[in-house]
Amino acid sequence: MKKDRRKFLSRILQALGGLAVLEATWVAATFLGSRRGKAPSDDGANLRIAGPVERFEPGSVTAFRDGEFYLARLQDGGFLALHRKCTHLGCTVPWIADEQRFACPCHASAFDIHGDVLSSPAPRPLDLFSVQIENGIVKVDTTKSIRRGRFEPLQATRV
Amino acid sequence: MPVEALRYTLTFGLGGMSLVLLLLLMGTGLLMIFVYEPSPERAYASILVMQQEMLFGGLIRGVHYWSANLLIAVALLHMLRVFLTGAFHGLRRSNWLIGLGLLFLILVAAFTGYLLPWDQTSYWAITICTEMLGYVPGIGTAIQRVLLGGAEIGPATVINFYAAHTSIMPILLVVLMTYHFWRVRIAGGVVVPPGPGDHPEADAEYVPVDPHLLLREYVVMLVVIASVLVIAILFGAPLGEPANAGVSPNPAKAPWYFLGFQELLLHFHPLFAVFIVPLLIAVAVISVPFLKYDSEQSGTWFLSAAGRRIAIVAATTALLATPLWILADEFVVGPGGWLPNSSPLISNGLLPFMALLAGIVAFYAVLRKKFAASMNEAVQALFVLFVVSFAVLTATGVWFRGSGMALVWPWQI
Repeated sequence: MKKDRRKFLSRILQALGGLAVLEATWVAATFLGSRRGKAPSDDGANLRIAGPVERFEPGSVTAFRDGEFYLARLQDGGFLALHRKCTHLGCTVPWIADEQRFACPCHASAFDIHGDVLSSPAPRPLDLFSVQIENGIVKVDTTKSIRRGRFEPLQATRV
Repeated sequence: MPVEALRYTLTFGLGGMSLVLLLLLMGTGLLMIFVYEPSPERAYASILVMQQEMLFGGLIRGVHYWSANLLIAVALLHMLRVFLTGAFHGLRRSNWLIGLGLLFLILVAAFTGYLLPWDQTSYWAITICTEMLGYVPGIGTAIQRVLLGGAEIGPATVINFYAAHTSIMPILLVVLMTYHFWRVRIAGGVVVPPGPGDHPEADAEYVPVDPHLLLREYVVMLVVIASVLVIAILFGAPLGEPANAGVSPNPAKAPWYFLGFQELLLHFHPLFAVFIVPLLIAVAVISVPFLKYDSEQSGTWFLSAAGRRIAIVAATTALLATPLWILADEFVVGPGGWLPNSSPLISNGLLPFMALLAGIVAFYAVLRKKFAASMNEAVQALFVLFVVSFAVLTATGVWFRGSGMALVWPWQI
């Protein structure tokens, strides 16, 4: 009888201890999770104005450093905003105009002007940001990058 | 303690060296805490101040840098020594696992410290390594986000790494290390070779720890400290251009202790290179003390003359096969993988992986049948095969990968 009671009490104490650990973990996680990161921002703040449509020649690629993207104008006049991060391991890919390709310095992946993979190890094309054209002005929304399987003409924004 | 245990070539004093290096790291690290400012804006500048304006700043950073690199190498050698002298049976089983835990902590500590100088090398190495995590199925991206404190490297990342590097890892290391030492005591000190009689314990000649062991450890300590000081004074700690998210250096490499995995990434689909292969390695290394062995022999390097011969066969195989694999993949197979028309997961992942597994199984079969290896000898040979292969991969990553990660000679980098 006495043994049972002792066992029961020690069980309760163990359970309370476990609960305390869980609570403390939860408090710690909440505390750290509420740190102020780079604000995901209200709308508009991440909308970059790239410039008037005529400024971009068909077949050209323009770098936007602060927005972390390249604005590519395809031969047919469509616009693509390509995330500058290599899809393999996140290096920044420079545009090599002479060779008409993005060449990653880290693992030799290469992408064409559509962001499609020309040579592996990159597993998928460069991510996109959505492009809007309003009154002849090109705007790029850098809130969220879009993953895709391969280039399709519908991904490009046209005037 | 037994006289045999004092023989330097039994242990090479690697455990003691690790302790000395860790103490050096804690001493110099403690000093740098007073100067370093953990934010993207201030980090690089505060290191510059330390390096250029403070007395002995360069020396202290150099000692910290070289102790860290040496510690990783020495800890790995220590692990190799423990394995090759069979010091993982019976009472030592749990200590093998604790040792692995310590190795993991050392690697995390080194990795988190790598970001802190905030120069190009550190920024891009950490980018590459954390992006590698993203390929772990299911939880990879979540872990990545927690580590980085967001989607990309930023202020939160520096704080996270700083906290881990300067308090979490040191505390865990000290606690686990104390336990590690205590377990060595429990097991009756380091392994000694079996004596001529049935009761080696009774036959062994004993001497007091003080002064015999203490004096030897003291000499090891002095030699380690002197070597680190000389290296630190001669080479210092590198500091490149400040981090620039817009320009990746070419080539961009992970820290040297992860370059083996980065080399794997050039040959395998990321899912295999950063998840399946490392997972299998971890399972294999953890299971080392729990396999069913023919004997629990310990204290002799390579078990026996036969064991030594088989280990040399394994090392030679790895020394030949790994470079051949790398060269074949580079020049014969080409970037499309083995079957260029199928998905990269199969052509660059499953197919080469299966070929690799088949090769290892075939090697094991040859050992058992042709060399009549015992279980102990066969496991030892597989371990040697793996260690040498990985060493070759790492060396390739460090010395033979140049611009765009193309194969080059070391003097062309």
